[in-house]
Amino acid sequence: MSASLLVPLPVVLPLMCAGLSIVLARNQWVQRLLSVLTLSGVVGVAAVLLYRADTYGPQVVQLGGWAAPAGITLIADRLSALLLLVSALVLLSVLLYAIGQGVTEGRRTTLAVFHPCYLVLAAGISMAFLTGDLFNLFVAFEVMLVSSYVLITLEGGKAQVRAGMTYIVVSLLASVLFVTAIGLVYATTGTVNLADAAVRLQEAPAGVRLLLGFMLLVVFGVKAAIFPLFSWLPDSYPTAPSPVTAVFAGLLTKVGVYAILRTQTLLFPDAERIQQVLLVLAVLTMVVGILGALVQDDLERLLSFTIVSHIGYMLFGLGLFSVAGLAGAVLYTVHHIVVQTTLFLVAGLIERREGTSSLALSGGLAKSAPLLAALYLLPALSLAGIPPLSGFLAKLGLLQAGLAEGGALALTATSAAVLTSLLTLYAVGRAWSDIFWGPVAEVTADPNPYDTLTIGTKTTPVLMTAVAAFAVVGGLTITVIAGPLYALCARAAADLLDPSVYVGAVLG
Amino acid sequence: MTGNLTLALVVGVLYGVGTYLLLQRTLIRVVIGLALISHGANLLLLMAGGPSGLAPFSSEAGPGESAGAASMPGLSGTADPLPQAMVLTAIVITFGVSAFLLALAYRSWQLTGADEVQDDVEDAAVARRRRLVPEAADDLEDDEVDEDDTVEETGWTGEAESGPDLAQAPQ
Repeated sequence: MSASLLVPLPVVLPLMCAGLSIVLARNQWVQRLLSVLTLSGVVGVAAVLLYRADTYGPQVVQLGGWAAPAGITLIADRLSALLLLVSALVLLSVLLYAIGQGVTEGRRTTLAVFHPCYLVLAAGISMAFLTGDLFNLFVAFEVMLVSSYVLITLEGGKAQVRAGMTYIVVSLLASVLFVTAIGLVYATTGTVNLADAAVRLQEAPAGVRLLLGFMLLVVFGVKAAIFPLFSWLPDSYPTAPSPVTAVFAGLLTKVGVYAILRTQTLLFPDAERIQQVLLVLAVLTMVVGILGALVQDDLERLLSFTIVSHIGYMLFGLGLFSVAGLAGAVLYTVHHIVVQTTLFLVAGLIERREGTSSLALSGGLAKSAPLLAALYLLPALSLAGIPPLSGFLAKLGLLQAGLAEGGALALTATSAAVLTSLLTLYAVGRAWSDIFWGPVAEVTADPNPYDTLTIGTKTTPVLMTAVAAFAVVGGLTITVIAGPLYALCARAAADLLDPSVYVGAVLG
Repeated sequence: MTGNLTLALVVGVLYGVGTYLLLQRTLIRVVIGLALISHGANLLLLMAGGPSGLAPFSSEAGPGESAGAASMPGLSGTADPLPQAMVLTAIVITFGVSAFLLALAYRSWQLTGADEVQDDVEDAAVARRRRLVPEAADDLEDDEVDEDDTVEETGWTGEAESGPDLAQAPQ
């Protein structure tokens, strides 16, 4: 199959099936089957795209046949195809988990909106990874965010509305800033095509470039939840049902990270000041995020703060701006998507069984549910970076890159990364001792027995457990294939540092 | 590229007023503030398309003034269509999200009886360090049972419902 057929598929397929899913809303099983088949298809296409991008170079499509600067470009290079594959796998696993948990069809609503929204979310995420056009990136973000607004407020209770409000207002404000930045980029260069803008921005005055670089950093920084723009995340994520939280935690912030990686390396490759600021922000994000996690009582909030903290590692890799640093950042992104999603899925299992995710109210799970304990422990240790799990390998890559870089700022960031790693171990260890050790706590009654989310059942459904176990195995697989994977990340990083590959592929 | 002072001032005022409204606690002001800021952003995008008054489709006059028009050979003398298309897209998106936000603000009023941004309960709980005291943990549990999160409309009950002391359970 030609690239022109393959590249748009991860966007078009879920979008069309979302429409079909609304039409078929009366039959739950057809809807479920349709969503599973669609996302399996996206996984297949993403795998082919990754193979082709790695073997034959970036796969480019000019939509509608309009040549590059005028039309919209879709491009799958190594970085975007890799992230596309990982996110498609995560989307598929979480969908199966959600079906197992039974949050996909509301008891009180007649219209089953979960499946269409989930598919639109998948389309938005795919488009954000594949687009080669700044304004199209904005549209992708909006497609992704609007469906996430619906998913986060699906239950419509007090907590969801309060959290959803914060989430939507902050995201919308970031979107408006994004439009502002696009307007300024267009006024400066006369194009919104990323490859074209990369060429023309070199002729722009240095001050203007610095301003645009910082504006885009702020815009994507809100989406990626970097310091000091992260406070919306721990407030809003934990209120959604756990599969929704899991997919948000794994993917939405990483789309922001991807956008930062893409724009900073492609549009502003020589902006040393931004790189220094990135290192400072990385240190602050890592340390402040993990300090927030230490005092939390709710497992899902604790994990939400670790998301913020570990976004700092990816910024650290980008701030180094070397092949080793960027390769570490890409590997870390892959590892973090898998591990963070797994942890939220396990947190959902714990809540399902115990009726609460509060550390103070639970205990003794290691005795009563040893499988659950193992499922929590492996990704938690991986998050903290214990060898030989994937977190250790990703962190090792970053730390080596930091030490190789030298310089006061890079060394400070390296030590902050080690410190954060230790504090992460403390945070997840505290959750371990509170939830899994100690006297067996009584099951908390479901506070909202009539909503779709059934908790406190003392049971762990087979499908949910199987998906969580699959995700844990996925995390372990990263360790097994670490060699080839790191080599792929290094090739992707080399592409990032040489914008001419990307520009040449798009402009021909 | 020539600037337009009036438009620039309008954009600045819209951003300023919008930011002021966003910082209020009342939800409806936040929504209006967001609408104003997005209008400002749309105007800014329009300004990026160069001066107004050029022919929309074809023209025999000289090349257009904006950076975009100058870059595309077919566009000489005509107004740059790209920013206008982008503004339209942005307007539609903001429109949809604003409608959703209004619905959510109404839902919030239905549930809490207050048109105000609610404090985060878990933050307040962490601030009080209640988990260190065993009785407090029991309180937390009681709250959770009390607050059954019904969908009844409470109506306006004044200040008593809002504020950090509101006994909401972590969800």
